Amino acid sequence: MTGTWQLVRLALRRDRILLPVWVLFLAGVTYSTTTALEELYNTQQSRDLLGATANANSAFLAMLGPLHDWSSLGGLVVWRWGVFSGLFIAIMAMLVVTRHTRAEEEAGRTELVAATVVGRHAPLAAAVIVAGGTSLLIGLLQALALTGKGLAPAGAFAFGLSTASVGLVFTGVSALTAQLSENSRVSNAIAGGFLGVTYLLRAAGDAAGESGPQWLTWFSPIGWTEHVRSFADNRFWVLLLPLAAFVLLVGVSSYIVTRRDVGLGLLPARLGPPHSTISTPFGLAWRLQKGSLIGWSIALFAVGVIYGSVAQAVGQMVQDNPTLGQIVSKIGGADAMVDAFFATVTQLIGLIASIYLVQAILRLRSEETSFRAEPILATPVSRWSWVASHVVFALVGGAVVLAASGLGLGLVYGLQIDDLGTVVPQMLGAALAQLPAAWVIAGVALVLFGLFPQLTGVSWAVVSASLVITLLGPALQLDQWVIDVSPFTHVPKYPDITFGPLAWLTVVAVVLLAAGFAGFRRRDLTT
Amino acid sequence: MTSAISVSGLVKTFGSTRALDDLNLDVQTGEVHGFLGPNGAGKSTTIRVLLGLLRADSGTARLLGGDPWKDTAALHRRLAYVPGDVNLWPNLTGGEVIDLLGRLRGGLNKQRREELLERFELDPRKKGRTYSKGNRQKVALVAALSSDVELLILDEPTSGLDPLMESVFQACINDERERGRTVLLSSHILAEAEALCDRVSIIRNGHIVETGTLADMRHLTRTSISAELAGPPNGLTSMAGVHDLVAEGNRVRFEVDSDKLDLVLKQLVSTGVRTLTSQPPTLEELFLRHYEDVK
Repeated sequence: MTGTWQLVRLALRRDRILLPVWVLFLAGVTYSTTTALEELYNTQQSRDLLGATANANSAFLAMLGPLHDWSSLGGLVVWRWGVFSGLFIAIMAMLVVTRHTRAEEEAGRTELVAATVVGRHAPLAAAVIVAGGTSLLIGLLQALALTGKGLAPAGAFAFGLSTASVGLVFTGVSALTAQLSENSRVSNAIAGGFLGVTYLLRAAGDAAGESGPQWLTWFSPIGWTEHVRSFADNRFWVLLLPLAAFVLLVGVSSYIVTRRDVGLGLLPARLGPPHSTISTPFGLAWRLQKGSLIGWSIALFAVGVIYGSVAQAVGQMVQDNPTLGQIVSKIGGADAMVDAFFATVTQLIGLIASIYLVQAILRLRSEETSFRAEPILATPVSRWSWVASHVVFALVGGAVVLAASGLGLGLVYGLQIDDLGTVVPQMLGAALAQLPAAWVIAGVALVLFGLFPQLTGVSWAVVSASLVITLLGPALQLDQWVIDVSPFTHVPKYPDITFGPLAWLTVVAVVLLAAGFAGFRRRDLTT
Repeated sequence: MTSAISVSGLVKTFGSTRALDDLNLDVQTGEVHGFLGPNGAGKSTTIRVLLGLLRADSGTARLLGGDPWKDTAALHRRLAYVPGDVNLWPNLTGGEVIDLLGRLRGGLNKQRREELLERFELDPRKKGRTYSKGNRQKVALVAALSSDVELLILDEPTSGLDPLMESVFQACINDERERGRTVLLSSHILAEAEALCDRVSIIRNGHIVETGTLADMRHLTRTSISAELAGPPNGLTSMAGVHDLVAEGNRVRFEVDSDKLDLVLKQLVSTGVRTLTSQPPTLEELFLRHYEDVK
């Protein structure tokens, strides 16, 4: 453990902008969500109505989880923001841990450090301290933000600690995945896949309702935060589960550290073919991007299957519940409810898919900064075709992952209502309608790459902004012009899909992509 | 002789740093041209401009009769490049990278590929992430040397190779010379340049300070002489062209400008010479002189 504190300081120095942004973002959204919900639901009557609909609506249940306590403002905040807060802090912990462990090792910098007076466990310990400490700080500030709004301290701290607990669990998960593979991309992919499963397990459990497999939520670190029931029951003891998971995961990881060589993973590296048949830049891009494309397609197909299986329950619930039926009939009946569910779900899927598109575009930048673009561009391959070879994965690959989710939705729902022929094309259409908006996001990423290569990372801020604006914009009562900034705002809602907005979104995307191409053809290669 | 590379008045700035400052470089077709200078002198920047990876601020650069920025793809068909920092794709094997780069360049000579793999003792089945720096360089070298191209641009290609592999590399470059290819070899290993290069250019702070054959350069510089004479070394001190004279009794050590060598030797012979050793200036001395003079 010698040298851990020096490494902690090094990590804090390197992340001196990144970490404060995460902390302020997660604490700030907690505060603004509270303010917004306070204004939105300022009467007991409005809260009761929300309570009745939120827990009866499978779409809400799957996306946000159950609303345990609608009598207090705190309960509303937990319901509206708790799951997302957990998701965001998990991503933070994952990126921070991998960045300071496996990515460092892969780059050969750990070797440089390991040769100095630094203990074998120090790099992992430092990463765990930084990610875990940041998680706790975020939790503390969230609790302070809530008490600052005059909410009950016990509930506020239950909520803050719940968020922090997800950060701790994913600190542990990434500590472990960093040991498995020699490749930081793979480490992040495994941890990210686990996060997806975590979210989906609780989505399925929550949406299933009393009769279904509700116990699934007990297998999800995000589900645990729901079981804390902040502001309703404040069951602090549930937090022992994430704490135990954190200790166990970090313990196993540090055991593996003592058993393996620096630079190597637990999954063995194998010999490969001595010859290759790749002969075009696209062939190379396919080789580099196919794993991610296949993984995302499977993941989004699974998302489609899960939401598709919930859809019928949405309609069912309305028929079972006469009171709810009355409310719903005003807005168009059970069918309208199911349609609204699919509208929400496809929008969510579009947002998730835009992460894939940006990741596919950013591959260009990582190839450039790691000096791997240089030997390719020193062959007769033109800059245009090199960029195009990766951009294809964003444009066409984006269509593939969206179609996969649409297929998942359509197949499962179609089988349930016994009408595959109608439902599958409908769902494919609804999912693919998100594509132009996702292309716009990809276009922004390519513009950054082509014109401002040093700022390519800002693409993630663009993705996050679209996520926050689209998912939380109405709840945060953002001004309409802010909401209009997200391209997903302009995608026509299922089932009223019109081509006008899709056409102009496509035009915007084409203009952005063209600007990105032109910019890259004129600029220097930089690192 | 025609020029394979001809650069004049090249300027490239990065922010406030002037990486290339009025750089002139001429590489003749068919020669092995050494491009010498310490780290940060501008070698890689020059090469990147020649490859169309960077755009020059001003000046002209001609490569194989074309413009490196505009005719990029056509020119790259006729050259192969080994970068200074070879980074491979972690999940592609060395063999796959060799084939890929060769194919993108328009084909590679399979027989030579196998020959080179054997000479460099490289296992093409290993994944990119498991190669050491030297082995990554070998991958890039095999890819470049097994392509049928007119011009090889090598940026410090041997910085990670061991002495055995260094000599394999030198043999390979001599083969390339015999095949009539042009080689631009950037290096800071002077022994390598001395062994391989027909002509060298020395770069300092983005400017070429010296260019020519090694013989030419030696002509402009000093030879070190140490001798034991039959009598006291009278008259040497006052002779033009003699520097750093150290005399101990009848023993002398000094350096002499190459164009005064004849006169000085006559003076020594007139005194009577018992033993004599004369050393031509090494490239290293040439190099150090250029760098120290200006300090």
